[in-house]
Amino acid sequence: MLLIHCPYCDETLPEPEFAYAGEAHIARPADPMALTDEEWRDFLFIRSNPRGTHYERWRHVHGCGRFFNAIRDTVSDKFAMTYRAGEPRPNLDALKEAAE
Amino acid sequence: MTQPFRIPGRGRVDQSRPVQFTFDGRTVTGCLGDTVASALLANGIHLMGRSFKYHRPRGVVSAGSEEPNALVGTSRGPGRFEPNTRATMQEIWDELRVESQNRWPGLAFDIGAINDRFGRFLPAGFYYKTFMWPRSFWDKVYEPFIRAAAGLGRSPTEPDPDLYASRNLHCEVLVVGAGPAGLAAALAAGRSGASVVLVDEQSAMGGTLLSEPDVRIDGQGAWDWLAATLAELRSLPSVRLMTRTTAIGYYHQNMVGLCQRVTDHLASPPEGAPRERLWRVRAGQVVLAQGAIEKPLVFDGNDRPGVMLAGAAQTFLHRFGVKVGDRAVVVTSHDSAWHTAFDLARAGVRVPAIVDVRAQVPPDLAARARSLGIEVLASHTVTGTTGRLRVASVMVNPVRGDRVGPWRGIDCDALLMCGGWTPSLHLFSHTKGSLAWDAQAGAFLPDRKTEDCEIAGAGRGLWGIAAALEDGAKAGTAAAKALGRVAGVGTFAVEDDRTGSGVVVKELPTDRDASLAKAFIDFQNDVTAKDIRLAVREGMRSIEHVKRYTTNGMATDQGKLSNINGLMIAADALGKEAPQVGLTTFRPPYAPTTFGALAGYHRGSHFEVTRKTPIDAWAESRGAVFEPVALWRRARYFPQGAEDMRAAVARECRAVRTAVGLFDASTLGKIEVMGPDAATFLERMYTNPWAKLQPGRCRYGLLLGEDGFIRDDGVIGRLTADKFHVTTTTGGAARVLNMMEDYLQTEWPDLDVWLTSTTEAWAVAAVQGPNARKLLEPLVEGLDLSDAAFPHMAVAECTVAGFPARLFRVSFTGELGFEINVPARHGLALWEKLWQAGQSHGITAYGTETMHVLRAEKGFILVGQDTDGTVTPGDAGLDWAIGKQKKDFVGKRSLQRPDIVAKGRKQLVGLLTEDPREVLEEGAQIVADPHQPVPMTMIGHVTSSYWSEALGRSIAMALVEGGRDREGQTLHIPMPGRTLRAKVTGTAFVDPEGQRLKV
Repeated sequence: MLLIHCPYCDETLPEPEFAYAGEAHIARPADPMALTDEEWRDFLFIRSNPRGTHYERWRHVHGCGRFFNAIRDTVSDKFAMTYRAGEPRPNLDALKEAAE
Repeated sequence: MTQPFRIPGRGRVDQSRPVQFTFDGRTVTGCLGDTVASALLANGIHLMGRSFKYHRPRGVVSAGSEEPNALVGTSRGPGRFEPNTRATMQEIWDELRVESQNRWPGLAFDIGAINDRFGRFLPAGFYYKTFMWPRSFWDKVYEPFIRAAAGLGRSPTEPDPDLYASRNLHCEVLVVGAGPAGLAAALAAGRSGASVVLVDEQSAMGGTLLSEPDVRIDGQGAWDWLAATLAELRSLPSVRLMTRTTAIGYYHQNMVGLCQRVTDHLASPPEGAPRERLWRVRAGQVVLAQGAIEKPLVFDGNDRPGVMLAGAAQTFLHRFGVKVGDRAVVVTSHDSAWHTAFDLARAGVRVPAIVDVRAQVPPDLAARARSLGIEVLASHTVTGTTGRLRVASVMVNPVRGDRVGPWRGIDCDALLMCGGWTPSLHLFSHTKGSLAWDAQAGAFLPDRKTEDCEIAGAGRGLWGIAAALEDGAKAGTAAAKALGRVAGVGTFAVEDDRTGSGVVVKELPTDRDASLAKAFIDFQNDVTAKDIRLAVREGMRSIEHVKRYTTNGMATDQGKLSNINGLMIAADALGKEAPQVGLTTFRPPYAPTTFGALAGYHRGSHFEVTRKTPIDAWAESRGAVFEPVALWRRARYFPQGAEDMRAAVARECRAVRTAVGLFDASTLGKIEVMGPDAATFLERMYTNPWAKLQPGRCRYGLLLGEDGFIRDDGVIGRLTADKFHVTTTTGGAARVLNMMEDYLQTEWPDLDVWLTSTTEAWAVAAVQGPNARKLLEPLVEGLDLSDAAFPHMAVAECTVAGFPARLFRVSFTGELGFEINVPARHGLALWEKLWQAGQSHGITAYGTETMHVLRAEKGFILVGQDTDGTVTPGDAGLDWAIGKQKKDFVGKRSLQRPDIVAKGRKQLVGLLTEDPREVLEEGAQIVADPHQPVPMTMIGHVTSSYWSEALGRSIAMALVEGGRDREGQTLHIPMPGRTLRAKVTGTAFVDPEGQRLKV
């Protein structure tokens, strides 16, 4: 069972309070009708599915109810960080460098 | 029986306290503190079970939880039968009933042992090869045969009457294993003031120390030191000691699952005590001090009862005061078994010889052996054993280089083997910590860690009590320091320690035909060295494939004894080094764990919650038959007298169509959507237009996923310009709210809208039928209910029967209908007033089954029944619900995807059977041509099917390829033994024009 930090509650809490919500930073197109079939397909179905660093969404569903973003390693399952929805995608390498 | 193999005065059992239990019906006497295995051995009983595949007679091999052979059934009273209990772990008590398993008619004579004679016809991969053809044999011959032969032990037949508990626990340091390393670690961490939990799966703490009483630590005997250490640990307020507690899994972020056996060892458990308790421990630091597991040697006949691990014999001797035989031969590749031989010899067991496969043996050990009258046979091998139900002799041969010399027999009644020791790193592997082959230790040792843990003692390939104590203390100190505590490193003065080393071998060399040898690697699953080599010859290259093909390591011990031997032999057959071949993956649980422990409190009525509406008690008092809908229990129908469901539903349907029915719709999901942008928000979420919907009006709302498929539906009422009362399906409420929150929070955070779940805030009574208005009018205050003033799809806030209410004029039945929402606390009172007022109007309570029939007669869909996540509005015939002028809504773009606009999609249609009395089965498949060969091309399936009382015939809805173009066609529904015919129609069976609503 993972421990997850909610960036809104600013608390680290057990996984059952949270729900996974798919890959992060996939914004709904402003005008879907202007998209080609291929563009719309990519928005709907095509995901990065990486082995390693994954930017993803979680919801603190049994807590504050907020959706937020997280960086998690899909191999080790470890969270690198969580951050609020709407914040730009953090540069993980820069963060690592800063930490070092 | 008088326990002829018990040595008076020896062991930690209480020899003054006899305990009587039964084994296969026969009374056996042991001592307080015995396990089933030690008590049977004390009585000279080695034969404890039969193997899985060949039904070979088997005795106990080990003295711990890794035991593969001595699996027994245990009865602890009525309903309390457990199969596959490890005899080495089950403590005895008076009246415990133990039975051997996997044998018929008896343990000593077993019909299934015929498999052993035909062993050559049951090679590795036998199942994959043999049961392939002819295909027709599968159902009648192969499967029944496999089913009869499959399984180990017999399943309990009664529900488990025991209680199982679970707890959460937080600590700074969790120490797994209370041998010397674990004790030293717990001492170091505990003395620093850290909160420490020390667990051990045995009934007593001490690990190896329990089997090595002659070692002296800090000037005391090992057992005195152990007692003093445990006393100190108990005196530390921050330390918790837990015996009979197995760490079953090591999960993320230092969470470890523990299974504590609370009452299985007690003759009369305290009333209400749980049988087992599952602990979820979150630890700051974990110290793994699980020690090492001895490896068997692989030679022909290494599975005969009486052949066992040397370390086990040592444990039975010292801990239980039991000698495993009168004449014990030792065969080993490691120094440790020499000490076992010495201990046995000094305890009065005749040890004719120590056979060591190594050319060079430590001279001091050899000298000591000779001084005890033990023949030393270095550079020798074992090529066979004799004896039927117990080993009688062993064949030993000299080895010179690659040449195996002639054998000679040595009589014995016990053969003690030791192929070295495997560090116990299962839990470490659960964390995806990597292992590296250490050539010197001849073992995989921990390499890269992923969690905050330390590994101590034999788990790191260290050998001897002194090394384990020192390493454990270091690990405990490191753990304490990592937590910011101040800790010193303890030191220990150890005398008479037993250090030593050994070599890793594959199967022992033999002078006989290896293809005839039964040299077992996995005892329980009867996997031999030959099977592993065969698997490699037949093309298995990965160790994972070898494992699955041979089933090596797939028995209940999960390869604790067999993995490394299997690996060494597979590596040899592949011509590779062990590290290049690698290990199979270890997964939780470490040891077999009961389902009860995992289920804990979540059983029976606590398995999941049952949501009840405010009207539930009324329905129950009226004899309603309930059905589960999502987590709700809903009244399905209200039978009167001897009515069955069909009769009750027919009566309820008639009442709604001719008089008035009362229905509890409280479970409908309800979401209050409020705010200046509420209409804009719904405009974007739902397919329908909302901007122009006037306050006081409602509209059917259809919700799609972004992929264009129907997700949910429900009536949405606009109460004021900025307040909407949204209803969802009963099962979809939480999903819809989650979806709305998602879009609101992450896509359109600029919208000023608030979403509130109000499902349980409102109780809802649906009054449906031609008499609905007559019933309701006298109860309603502040509202004109006439059709002109309050038409179909109107909503108003008013007072009903004295309660504040939101009144909807809506119909899911096709009749004049109202849904009255009142605060939940008034739900039952409202219902009773409606019931009373309705008596003069022929009111009838109806349930979900009648509701389903009535809506199907109108062709109204049930999301999740008539749709399945691949149905678009077009497929369901709901194009009319899409706002044609809307530029965008969730899922709109997808309605133009090539697959969605393609011809031949499955569409919802009505079906009328040729025989009007025939009610189709929901889920039945539909074909166009019933004469085509099997397997037929299926073009759809029945989604809803009922007896329609209004039409006096059956009706059905179905999803059929190109369905609407098939209207008028006859389709076929093949059923067992017959094929039904049905005509494709529209979906509105009753009052398609909706005239009955306009009253």
